Amino acid sequence: MKRWIPLIIFAVLAGFLYVGLYLNPREVPSPFIGKPAPKFVLPVIGQPGTTFSPEQAKGKVWLLNIWAPWCVSCRAEHSFLMQLAQSGISIYGLNWKDKDREAEALLNQKGSPYIVTVDDLDGRVGIDFGVTGTPETFVIDQSGIIRMKHVGPIDEAVWKKKFEPLLGKLEKST
Amino acid sequence: MKLAVLLFAFALAAPALAEVAAPNADDPVVEARINKLGEDLRCLVCQNESLSGSRADLAEDLRREMREQMNAGKNDAEVISYLTDRYGDFVLYRPPFKPVTYLLWLGPVIFLAIGGTIWYVTLKRRRKMQDQIQPDSEALKKAAALLEQ
Repeated sequence: MKRWIPLIIFAVLAGFLYVGLYLNPREVPSPFIGKPAPKFVLPVIGQPGTTFSPEQAKGKVWLLNIWAPWCVSCRAEHSFLMQLAQSGISIYGLNWKDKDREAEALLNQKGSPYIVTVDDLDGRVGIDFGVTGTPETFVIDQSGIIRMKHVGPIDEAVWKKKFEPLLGKLEKST
Repeated sequence: MKLAVLLFAFALAAPALAEVAAPNADDPVVEARINKLGEDLRCLVCQNESLSGSRADLAEDLRREMREQMNAGKNDAEVISYLTDRYGDFVLYRPPFKPVTYLLWLGPVIFLAIGGTIWYVTLKRRRKMQDQIQPDSEALKKAAALLEQ
């Protein structure tokens, strides 16, 4: 028995380290799950004079995608978001801290997956949503409650695993 | 002469140096509070840095928010809860003691107890072993005789 102890200790340690390899340190537990989305009123990009606030999206399940023109992984998820928008998913964008004012041109050039994109120039609304970096995507239900937060770009695998089951459940509850 | 030129150059440079530090110095009391609180808060971008020590964009924004909260008359606890409402206990380098963090807080004590037990048991066993191999006087005499030869 005694000679096995080092091996057992090694196995336990290796187990912890193995699990640690696949943890994402950016995946910080969000205190928002199950709570109402923070309120905001922000100008809509490309439509001077109009504003958007989450209440306008009440009654449907929607995604709030927080992105920025300077963010490389946002560009990576752009084409997949376009597919989602075409398949009828409601995506709203929050353009976070776009100091160089590039969002409008970029969306005109590459196409916009968003119903509207709002402009959060000083990053305050992003902070209200607990954003640490772009992209982050929130799933918000019919009554304005945040159901899920995803950190990092969305691709097909992530969509199938994290989003589809939840959206299916939420759509059913109407 | 050279010294005079050098001193003159420094004198010219002094206002420039002062200007660099200016933006953060609007209210030294508030800045001191932010720095002190920020020591125990995590920067969420570079997670091993404190909020006070980080030059990350988000850290600067969060310090700006803290500054505004303090200027609005909020106390330290209110400023901290402003941050934990948004980022959770993760921003705290000293998370509160509650069921999810029991293992975190008590873990070291548990490990110390396990180590202490192993140490105690080993010591006891060794003492017992020593007692067992204590040679009797007969054997000692024999050994002495052998050594004499």
